Amino acid sequence: MTVEKKENGKEITLLPIGRLDTTTAPQLETQINAVLDKAQQLILDFEGLEYLSSAGLRVLLSAHKAFMKKGSGKMIICHVNETIYEVFEVTGFLDILNIE
Amino acid sequence: MKEVTVEATVESIPVITEFVDEQLEQYDCPVKAQAQIDIAIDELFSNIVHYAYHPGTGPATVRVEVVEEPLSVVITFIDQGVPYDPLAKSDPDVTLSAEEREIGGLGIYIVKKNMNEITYEYKDGRNILKIRKEL
Repeated sequence: MTVEKKENGKEITLLPIGRLDTTTAPQLETQINAVLDKAQQLILDFEGLEYLSSAGLRVLLSAHKAFMKKGSGKMIICHVNETIYEVFEVTGFLDILNIE
Repeated sequence: MKEVTVEATVESIPVITEFVDEQLEQYDCPVKAQAQIDIAIDELFSNIVHYAYHPGTGPATVRVEVVEEPLSVVITFIDQGVPYDPLAKSDPDVTLSAEEREIGGLGIYIVKKNMNEITYEYKDGRNILKIRKEL
């Protein structure tokens, strides 16, 4: 997996490309943590993501919680494919995360 | 039937995934089914890495076979670590809010939902976990 980053003022977009799993999840976590304070809006664009496992869910949940704790800002996930959508659906993450 | 034995480490997960994907490509496995199988490998193999030989490590074997009627791929994970039945755990509550959420148990739950069959047995000092996915 590689992670591309786009910055537009306080709106930061991260695009993980490949597979978000046990091996690669720490990499996305590091990237999210690096922009957490600065980002007013963090967009996780999953256009190039093939799938994610529970290791990926762990990173998304902790980032989501960090944004809630911060009190301002928002994390949005977009361009989710069918496989990923179903993982969010069966785990109840559709109700937790902001998925567009 | 093909199988590979590797050390039960996180570094082996991509090796196993690639090995299984190579087999699946011979059977025109749909992209979505392949992704779901790859997710299952990540969940199940990382369980072996974290529990079977903790804090040490040891061998893990992954076997891939394709069976007919209905056409399915069967993947078997075998380790010689401590007995560990991932199916014994009750399913997580997926209706909890973000604050109450824990990740524990979600991985095996995803596998249960995505595969057609999952079975576990402990036999001759081995954990044998088998998944079946219809193609």
